[in-house]
Amino acid sequence: MSQPDYQLFSRDTRALIYGYQQDAIQRMLDFDYVCRRQTPSVAAIINPTRTGLHKAFFGAREILIPMYRTIAEAAAAHPEADVMINFASFRSAFPTTMEALETPTLRTIAVIAEGVPERKSRILAATARQKGKVIIGPATVGGIQAGAFRIGNTAGTIENIVASKLHRPGSVGFVAKSGGMSNECFNIIARHTDGLYEGIAIGGDTFPGSTLLDHLLRYQANPDVKMMVCLGELGGDQEYRIVEALQDGRLTKPLVVWVTGTCARVLPRSVQFGHAGAKANTGMETADAKNEALRAAGAVVPASFNDFGDRIREVFEKLKAEGQIAEFEEPEVPTVPMDYRQALKTGLIRKSAGIITTISDERGEEPVYGGKPISAVIEEQIGIGGVISLLWFKRELPGYATRFIELALMIVADHGPAVSGAHNAIVAARAGKDLISSLVSGLLTIGPRFGGAIDDAARHFKRAFDSEMTPQEFVDDMKARGINIPGIGHRVKSVQNPDVRVTLIKRYAREHFTCTDLLDYALEVEKVTTAKRNNLILNVDGCLGVTFVDLLRSCGCFSEEEVQNIVDLGYLNALFVLGRSIGIMGHIFDQQRLAQPLYRHPWDDIAYMTDLTAL
Amino acid sequence: MARRSIREYDAKRLLATHLPRYLPGGLGYTGRVALVTPDTNWEQLITDHPWLQSERLVVKPDQLFSKRGKRGLLLLDTDLDGARAFVQEKMGQEVTINGVTGTLTHFLVEPFVPHRQEDELFVAIRSEREADIIYFSLQGGVDVEENWEAVLQVPVPILTDFEDVDLAARLPDFSGMEDVAVFIGALYRFYVDLAFTYLEINPLVFADGSPVPLDFVAQIDDTAAFECAQQWGDLEFPPAFGSRLSPEEEYIRQLNAKSGASLKLTLLNPEGRVWTLVGGGGASVIYADTIVDLGFGSELANYSEYSGNPSRDETYEYTRTILDLMTRRKDPRGKVLLIGGGIANFTDVAKTFAGLVQALTDYQKQLREHNVRIYVRRGGPNYQEGLRLMRELGKKIGVPIEAYGPELHMTEIVPMALKE
Repeated sequence: MSQPDYQLFSRDTRALIYGYQQDAIQRMLDFDYVCRRQTPSVAAIINPTRTGLHKAFFGAREILIPMYRTIAEAAAAHPEADVMINFASFRSAFPTTMEALETPTLRTIAVIAEGVPERKSRILAATARQKGKVIIGPATVGGIQAGAFRIGNTAGTIENIVASKLHRPGSVGFVAKSGGMSNECFNIIARHTDGLYEGIAIGGDTFPGSTLLDHLLRYQANPDVKMMVCLGELGGDQEYRIVEALQDGRLTKPLVVWVTGTCARVLPRSVQFGHAGAKANTGMETADAKNEALRAAGAVVPASFNDFGDRIREVFEKLKAEGQIAEFEEPEVPTVPMDYRQALKTGLIRKSAGIITTISDERGEEPVYGGKPISAVIEEQIGIGGVISLLWFKRELPGYATRFIELALMIVADHGPAVSGAHNAIVAARAGKDLISSLVSGLLTIGPRFGGAIDDAARHFKRAFDSEMTPQEFVDDMKARGINIPGIGHRVKSVQNPDVRVTLIKRYAREHFTCTDLLDYALEVEKVTTAKRNNLILNVDGCLGVTFVDLLRSCGCFSEEEVQNIVDLGYLNALFVLGRSIGIMGHIFDQQRLAQPLYRHPWDDIAYMTDLTAL
Repeated sequence: MARRSIREYDAKRLLATHLPRYLPGGLGYTGRVALVTPDTNWEQLITDHPWLQSERLVVKPDQLFSKRGKRGLLLLDTDLDGARAFVQEKMGQEVTINGVTGTLTHFLVEPFVPHRQEDELFVAIRSEREADIIYFSLQGGVDVEENWEAVLQVPVPILTDFEDVDLAARLPDFSGMEDVAVFIGALYRFYVDLAFTYLEINPLVFADGSPVPLDFVAQIDDTAAFECAQQWGDLEFPPAFGSRLSPEEEYIRQLNAKSGASLKLTLLNPEGRVWTLVGGGGASVIYADTIVDLGFGSELANYSEYSGNPSRDETYEYTRTILDLMTRRKDPRGKVLLIGGGIANFTDVAKTFAGLVQALTDYQKQLREHNVRIYVRRGGPNYQEGLRLMRELGKKIGVPIEAYGPELHMTEIVPMALKE
């Protein structure tokens, strides 16, 4: 791209952004959109920790911006980009900017970081000068060329950009040290002239990469800039370079300038203003001395900042009267679609939620379980049974109920390595699978034949009891349906050799529940079945199923519909899954600890009957 | 901050520590210096610095002010008892330097180096934009400025390697010139590597062939800490002499230190009628400027700056502190509070005003009693809502509040408030 030296940016300028500054990138693209640029100003992002594509809006449309790890890669892929905006930290601002200066395709580098050591800044400035390049910063927001290109966050919100007419060029070239005040000055210029042509904030350091004069000389050379405005600052001697340029005729365009810090004459010596360079070390460096010298050299210097706008207007009106300012029609400003989040925040739009939750909320100071803050959960020692009651049942159950939940978890926690869940988990763990895979491999065996009987037992016994079947009628009914009664029967245990777990559950229910109707009913059923065969006893699954229904019905916390709902949704099965996970993980850790090799089922335990003709 | 002054003690300590790296096998500087503070235990000091008992000594305050000899604050050629007596007498004394009064708290003690006045050299290094300038004079000592034409100036351009600067060829011919050239070369590298921005040794003498800085003034770029902290060691950046803070200023200083935002308060004249509460660094200076430029400098009570998106609690505490200060003494003419600021970039104006509104509500009684009028000017995101909050507050608490946005020139509230 061939641009004259005085022209750093245009409507076609494309930039590399060093640092993954998503907000700044979007703000640049939004500016592009209100300027009706054809191409987005951001060509690529340099992100040392990630490559890929960044998704951003260009108006309402989404675009993808490539991301590279190094300046060299980005510059090679985007030779048309001649600007780099460097968001690197004060630590890495120097090496990255030096690298950019060494990159032939890059001509202008804006350095945002504050706190770059001054010797490093001086090296950057001198290197840039040597190579005929331009550094803006360090310690700056950057700058803006109205209607063409915006550096990062310069000029604030889009509303402000449009209010200060920065979406189209005017006739005024502006340069300041302070980035914070540049916004205000854009506003002043917009209100007193036909608007800003270009505005640069060189940064508040003692030795910025480019000086106030550097930019004024560019404006002097640029025929589109009709007048210049400058906001200086006490400290340093940059303003005297402007004085010299006014005196030797390098600056001839009208210049309105004000040096801030006149208050220093009443302030005690020790006040250091915000900028590193804002401290007068000699009489020459005071704001008063500089303003006087500038005035003497022919610049328009107001009596105070309060007249700044009026003086700017006078100069502009004079130029206009002389016919030096071309009239133009205000372009229409396209509206940047509002950000969804912003629109929602301001109540402009509404949307029904995609997901509803009623059990917990993590957004506040502390997580809340079913309405109870986590600190109360811990302080009141409601236990894991209490947590389950909050998160599963959305209410606090009485202590005997939460302890019953815990009893159930403890009882189902493990049943040795031979059962299908533990066995599968062991085989998976020994195949080198991770914890989650091995656990899931075990859990996937839980179903109608393994562990899943609790729910079914509860459902069938409850249905029978509620429809007032006698135990005998229930047994006959199940036989007629061809279903083995869930929760009845054990491989080894029998009437004479009872399962101690069942005894424990029964004892707890009898001691704590106000009612054990369904348990009593199930035991009547057991009498019928054991009469047929000794081992057709009420097993753990069955006992848990019926006692749980008794608990739900008698604790006074649930309506009859809720009880049915709980049984239908499979809450009881969930208790088994939760409890048994403890045991399964124990088996997995056990196998890993023992460094057990891959499991292979022994041949002698497999009957190979592949000779189909023999069958 | 960037350029910070350091104590003479630290400058000499750093020179003694690092000079050997740049002067291989050559001239050494022993760097025998001791710092005495109000907390110093003399027995421990003597154990750490045994030379205190064997050498003749020099004692002087080490608090970033110069011309100590002329001020009668320099004791030469004494022994340990003399040094202790001098420190005991001066410690805690108030002295006034260039119109600023402060307390003596830090003293430098070092060996006394007898020498002839004509052997006093001057060497300094200063950083300008394009180059570092090395200054040298054979006529050092207190009168160096009167003989400024005798001072040699050697610029070292920023991109030039010091190797390429033939310093010896530039120095005048005198006996010992080679040693001086080697020392200045080492001093320059020390200056660059440790991020000095200014350094002045005056006088510099050579005792038995070794360089001895008799007086040493230096500034360091504190932003280089991430590269130099290890070489600096335990380096202190003391405040300018006599900058004592009022309890309120100290409170805000602490608030600022704890915050990611910037909160600054300097009390100029607690009796003043004009108080400021300004958002943004650049705008803060300009409001103070305008008050001074319009002839009300003597009425300006404070310099104020809050920026960098302070939290609601922070702006509340900050505002409360200012309101408390401004409602202590009554003025028959009433008082003015300027809540100023430019156009914020991304700070939500209404949100930052919430802390102000809370503090103003708390102080409504005092504000009415002291006949305070409030003028607000601010722009930026959500500024209309912020201004509305302020106007409504005025009606609610019965305090006149006028609020303006970017349509009004930033400092126009200053003449509005003062020309009534």
